[in-house]
Amino acid sequence: MSKRTLNSKGNILLKNGRIYDPFLLINEKSDLLISDGFIEEIKKDIKIKKDFDVIDCEGKIITNGFVDIHAHFREPGFEFKETLETGSTAAIHGGYTRVCTMPNTNPVIDTPELVKFIIDSSIDLPIYIHPIGAITKGQKGLELAEIGQMIQAGAVAISDDGLPLTNSQLMRYALEYSKKFGIPVINHAEDCCLVNQGTMHEGDVSLNLGLVGNPDISESTMIYRDLAIADYVGGSLHIPHVSSSKSLDVIKFFKEKGVNVSVEVTPHHLALTDKALQSYDTNAKVAPPIRSDIDRESIQNAVCSGLINCIATDHAPHSIVDKERDFNNASCGMIGLESAFGVTNKVLKDKKTVESIIDLFTINPCKIINIEPNLIMEKKLAELNIIDPNIKWEFKPSSIKSKSSNSPFVGEKLIGKVMMTINKGFCINNF
Amino acid sequence: MKKIESKHLLGLEKISKKDIETIIDVGFTFREVLERPIKKVPVLNGKNIVNLFFENSTRTKISFELAEKRLSADVTNFSASSSSVQKGETLKDTIQNIHVMKMDCVVMRHPVPGSCLQLTNYVDVPIVNAGDGTHEHPTQALLDMMSIKERFGKIEGLNIGIVGDILHSRVALSNIYGLIKMGANVKVCAPPHLLQRGIEKLGVSVCYDVDDLIDWADAINVLRIQRERMGIGLIPSTREYRTFFGITNERLARHKKELVIMHPGPINRGVEIDSEVADSDQAIILDQVLNGVAVRMSVLYLLLGSKDFE
Amino acid sequence: MEINLHKNKSILLNKEQISNLILRLSHEIIESQKNIDSIAVVGIRTRGEIIAKRIIQNIYENYKKKIDLGILDVTFYRDDFSENLGSPKVGPSDIPFNVNNKNIILIDDVLYTGRTVRAAMDELFAFGRPDSIKLGVLVDRGHRELPIRADFIGKNFPTSDNEHVHVLVSEIDGEDKVNLVKY
Repeated sequence: MSKRTLNSKGNILLKNGRIYDPFLLINEKSDLLISDGFIEEIKKDIKIKKDFDVIDCEGKIITNGFVDIHAHFREPGFEFKETLETGSTAAIHGGYTRVCTMPNTNPVIDTPELVKFIIDSSIDLPIYIHPIGAITKGQKGLELAEIGQMIQAGAVAISDDGLPLTNSQLMRYALEYSKKFGIPVINHAEDCCLVNQGTMHEGDVSLNLGLVGNPDISESTMIYRDLAIADYVGGSLHIPHVSSSKSLDVIKFFKEKGVNVSVEVTPHHLALTDKALQSYDTNAKVAPPIRSDIDRESIQNAVCSGLINCIATDHAPHSIVDKERDFNNASCGMIGLESAFGVTNKVLKDKKTVESIIDLFTINPCKIINIEPNLIMEKKLAELNIIDPNIKWEFKPSSIKSKSSNSPFVGEKLIGKVMMTINKGFCINNF
Repeated sequence: MKKIESKHLLGLEKISKKDIETIIDVGFTFREVLERPIKKVPVLNGKNIVNLFFENSTRTKISFELAEKRLSADVTNFSASSSSVQKGETLKDTIQNIHVMKMDCVVMRHPVPGSCLQLTNYVDVPIVNAGDGTHEHPTQALLDMMSIKERFGKIEGLNIGIVGDILHSRVALSNIYGLIKMGANVKVCAPPHLLQRGIEKLGVSVCYDVDDLIDWADAINVLRIQRERMGIGLIPSTREYRTFFGITNERLARHKKELVIMHPGPINRGVEIDSEVADSDQAIILDQVLNGVAVRMSVLYLLLGSKDFE
Repeated sequence: MEINLHKNKSILLNKEQISNLILRLSHEIIESQKNIDSIAVVGIRTRGEIIAKRIIQNIYENYKKKIDLGILDVTFYRDDFSENLGSPKVGPSDIPFNVNNKNIILIDDVLYTGRTVRAAMDELFAFGRPDSIKLGVLVDRGHRELPIRADFIGKNFPTSDNEHVHVLVSEIDGEDKVNLVKY
């Protein structure tokens, strides 16, 4: 793997690939020439010149950079877990060119100044960072934060993620107020009382392990509340990391009523079940928890039917110290940026076309937060991935670029890989 | 030759029936040793055993300590309140600090399920689970089964009832795993909200009426009601609990049947069990205590003393 | 496991010889003690236990005396539990009489290194303080590693290092026989 900037005088010729840009509705074989980080030319049979680096893209797909609308980069405050820089490096190695960072840092991102700090800090990084602002000041769930000014400063959504917004009236205010700005409200949907300090899904496995279970109804009842409010007052609700079959039933009901709702799922909820915790693997401890076979099947079906709009990693780096605790005290969350496509594609490749899988990482998340990446057009700054959807590879410790390595997928065989990512003049080559 | 396959005793869910039988059989051998004028055998002479207790315990700790001393092992006690561990040191750091001092075996009690299994990743000596949160308490279940076998001559085919706060009880879970494995029929009786959802999947039947349980059972294991459960509203009052789930004198008198009463101790007299019942001939509560030392000697002997035998 | 290693096996004693030797041991034991009532015979599991029982039966038939019988399982007292040496089946010891002031006759099938006897004596003291302990064995094959000798010996049979003496008894093995096995 090599990393170099293209800003000097790099000319890269992508030969024989198929270009798929769902924004432009392009899906055809073509060569593509990149010069100084910009797309110079797109056409069939571009002649090779001697100062070109030629990449044979036969059998591969050239598509837009991935967009993650849910990640935790921990800066400011928890730089020992991740920084904007290490998070960005992890992102671009997973094919992500744009990442929305959650505001549960220290301090919480709840002012325009802090939003600007994140954006300014990311200027020289290989990806674009789109901050998500807090709904309430300090994520305390008591009073609304400066939502409008944060949007002006560049925030793309609001969320108190990590914690649910328990006050229903405040949830109503947030949904109403956000209508003025046209951004979605993202609520970490868990009823804390029903969670009851549960550390994993309540089911057969928690029964065997003697762990307190967090039942699926802790999520579905909160989602019902949020959707009922959204149904009543309008506004745009985005449901993060959906984990249960019951929640999907609730969402389907309200979606059919016409509520403006979008839904994301993580690769781990799509791929794993609570059996992953059978040996108390704290790396598989997440909130909301990974649930049963039935929940996983419902989630996969909902991705196929379009009820779930997109994949989001919920990339949640934690240091070894946070994870090597006993199960109850270990932190919740896993990293996901580097493994997201391989995990997702492996699960979905027999159920969906590769194009529709790619959409889950590109156009679909962009629609939710109303952003548009640099499209695959001549004269545009290159922001693209070269994907091999069929390659089998092992997710190794060396595949991890995040500052933390809390992933239960280490050692797993994945299918489909981002072979090269070009963004903001950076090029990550995984060939 | 008596040997067990298990390298550790983490719980009764994963251990084989054969190993359980061996531990109980050898337990009876140690029971004989405990009847001798000199109750100490030199079998673990020179072995260091550390008792690592992250949670308060009097009985279990004394029982293990006595078992270790009667096997002639050197005993080191390490007590840490879980809060100090939560603050800084990870379990891994704690155990590696202890292990570097060359221990031959670790007996651990910890408030969090799975901690003993985690420990096996960090050290390569036998680990004995002395209770891991609401998960398992295997030596308690082994001594319960040994006491049942002592009283009935067998375990298979018996109807064993367990009454109390099943949801929060590691004693109940280990007993369920062990008794089902040994071929007993197990019925649990508890307030419905103090039962794990789906507990039938472990192979037990469920009832909410303690009189039904008494009718059905050959022996009943009466769980201790933890007073800390009452403060958070799970049990409205001791009086209400006793009314519906207490093993009371009147209740037993009504049934007029032979029934063996067990209790892991310490007893809340007048709450989950009446004094007269606890002190009666049908109660084998004190036999359980003695068998506890014997079965822990057996476990330690089989994990440490006999592992190299051919 | 052992049988596959046998290169050579010969019969040392047959059923009749064994019976005669145990009978002689029984007489010697009685004759050695002034007070027959103080005698107790303690067999070491497993085959020492059988021989002890036969001795007691002999004494009963010839002297009309019921002698106390005890059984010792020395597993927990062995000095070799972490070494690769055979261990008897772990079972409880059974000493149903008061050891104090008794003249104990310890019985084993074969006397070899002396370590089993050492363990047995240690264990006996866990039950009390006997007046005396004497040792009786069916076969003494030599190779002592401790300063221990038998008081009553059925037969002395000096062996080489690669020879083992296997005592078979009908109660366990289906026949009475003593084999000399070469490895």
